[in-house]
Amino acid sequence: MIYDVIIDGKGYRLEVEWSEAGWRCRLDGREIQMDAVLARRDVLSVLIGGKAYEVKREHTATGMHLWVGSDRYLAEVRDPRSLRGRRGGDADEKGPKKLLAPMPGKVVRVLIGEEQAVEAGQSILVVEAMKMQNEIKSPKKGTVQKIVAAEGANVNAGDVLAIVE
Amino acid sequence: MFKKILIANRGEIAVRVIRACRELGIISVAVYSDVDRASLHVRKADEAYHIGMPAAAESYLNVAKILDVAKRSGAEAIHPGYGFLSENAKFAQACGDAGVKFIGPSPASMDMMGSKTRARQELEKAGVPVVPGTSKGLESAEQGEQIAAKVGYPVMLKAAAGGGGKGMRLVHQPEELKSALEAAQSEAERAFGDREVYIEKAILNPRHIEMQVLADEHGNTMYLGERECSIQRRHQKVLEESPSPIVNADMRQRMGEVAVRVARAARYTNAGTVEFLVDQARNFYFLEMNTRLQVEHPVTELITGQDLVHLQIQIAAGEKLPFRQEDVCIRGHAIECRIYAEDPDNNYFPSPGKITLLLSPSGPGIRRDSGMYEGWTVPIDYDPLLAKLIGYGTDRAQAISRLTRALHEYFVGGIKTNISLFRRILTDADFQAGKVDTGYLDRLLKSKPSEVKGGHPEVAAIAAGIFAILDPASAVVGNGTLSATPGNGHRIAASGWKRAARVEGLG
Repeated sequence: MIYDVIIDGKGYRLEVEWSEAGWRCRLDGREIQMDAVLARRDVLSVLIGGKAYEVKREHTATGMHLWVGSDRYLAEVRDPRSLRGRRGGDADEKGPKKLLAPMPGKVVRVLIGEEQAVEAGQSILVVEAMKMQNEIKSPKKGTVQKIVAAEGANVNAGDVLAIVE
Repeated sequence: MFKKILIANRGEIAVRVIRACRELGIISVAVYSDVDRASLHVRKADEAYHIGMPAAAESYLNVAKILDVAKRSGAEAIHPGYGFLSENAKFAQACGDAGVKFIGPSPASMDMMGSKTRARQELEKAGVPVVPGTSKGLESAEQGEQIAAKVGYPVMLKAAAGGGGKGMRLVHQPEELKSALEAAQSEAERAFGDREVYIEKAILNPRHIEMQVLADEHGNTMYLGERECSIQRRHQKVLEESPSPIVNADMRQRMGEVAVRVARAARYTNAGTVEFLVDQARNFYFLEMNTRLQVEHPVTELITGQDLVHLQIQIAAGEKLPFRQEDVCIRGHAIECRIYAEDPDNNYFPSPGKITLLLSPSGPGIRRDSGMYEGWTVPIDYDPLLAKLIGYGTDRAQAISRLTRALHEYFVGGIKTNISLFRRILTDADFQAGKVDTGYLDRLLKSKPSEVKGGHPEVAAIAAGIFAILDPASAVVGNGTLSATPGNGHRIAASGWKRAARVEGLG
């Protein structure tokens, strides 16, 4: 298999194959001696040149994270043969932007009404979880197109709270 | 001894008390709110009863509902844990009126310690050192200025009914006193419904050291050593240890004897904690008494070998303390980390959600008191404490190295936790030298993060590809054109397992 892997923003070309003889792996064209065992769902034991690594996988609202020991990396895997995979979901400053709830909680205040202008970084809503209030800020300068979550609404991580255009 | 005990709490402390009940052959009764049906304490208890809506006022603070469950289940005693109703004298009174034993002190002892000014008045009479200041609410700013001039600036204004930093103001100069007093009074009024504010000399960068006391109902009162609790954030303790790096045997004895004097003055029974502020010259002053089991009680258990929850239950059942003060012996060193569901990258905001992966540490010198499990969704309605990880060693250095090792083994996936903060504290030079005070953690967090990545992006890149082959669940962005099917993944994993078995067989 050939993958385009992006780790913390840096791209790698990974070729990796398993056969009865073991793993064959090339990273950016470089041959790497390695072995890997899936210990359980989301946990890999990887051996590279005699060094042992425990790698954990985690999916969050912001994407997939891989933890090598206690270090966290934001990871994305694309199949280069897939056009849709290659295009990715890269953010674009133009067009409407969604404000997502970073954690489950309750919308306690909506500070800006629909059709009102906002600056980048201006607070639009306040979400409360575990008695702490978290201000949700506008990712861009523009106009609040829609407030999706009303005051008092319970939201989950990743839910759309508002749209700024 | 009791046959059945109700635990009026949730989370790790409910599990802790249920375990003690099981060890003592007592039937445990759990209570739970709507969002806690799947919580660990309900799974571990012998019996469990629903008590209401998620909001604490409707469930874990609902005295009538809890007493109704006690009656229906036939529980003879109630353990309140910490927080919720644990320091509520009215609840303790209601338990007594309902013929159920409250595992804790009497309502009168709780009342005396609940008012800071009343506690100061009583304790000054008993010869307990308190921070210089007034033991009565201030009547005017002028009176405050006179006292401040006498004890010396800076001074602290504090709410008599206070706690958690509310109604507190630090005053550096006489000109600031009047407006600070008004602000503290109105904040105290709003937070506690009581505008009484008193004045104390401010002790800058103090240490916060507390003494564990135990008293039975036959007049025996003793102390079980101190806990260093200076590492705090937003007036909440984060890491505690025992013994304190600055307390020697002589100071421990002096503090312990004062703590016993405090407990006797309050006619205290059961487990309690006397908190002290300690200045840079190691003078200590009474701060307040917590009339309950503390979150950080495990560090004392590890260094004394005593089980405080067993002792609480035995004392409440009318038994005598089974040892004398001179039998209490402190051995080794213990440090506790409070693992919270909070996001270190977002100013330690709470981060509830579903725990998708949980890898828990174990091994020499590690104790883990946890209320979480893999697959459980952390509710948004309560305090975000998930678990306590406690390291024990023959000395402080070994306790630190064991705990650091265990923190690297600990992994909680799906939600954010403050585990990385503890690795930072434990490897910090000032912490290792024992140089901590209540301002320590804010200073550490203001400095640049010292935890740098070990530099394994290539390992992550390789692992990303292998996950995509072996465990393809949503590993690939896009439309799933990946050729490896889950079936393939299982076959490869199984054959890897067989290969490993063959190698082990040869060895």
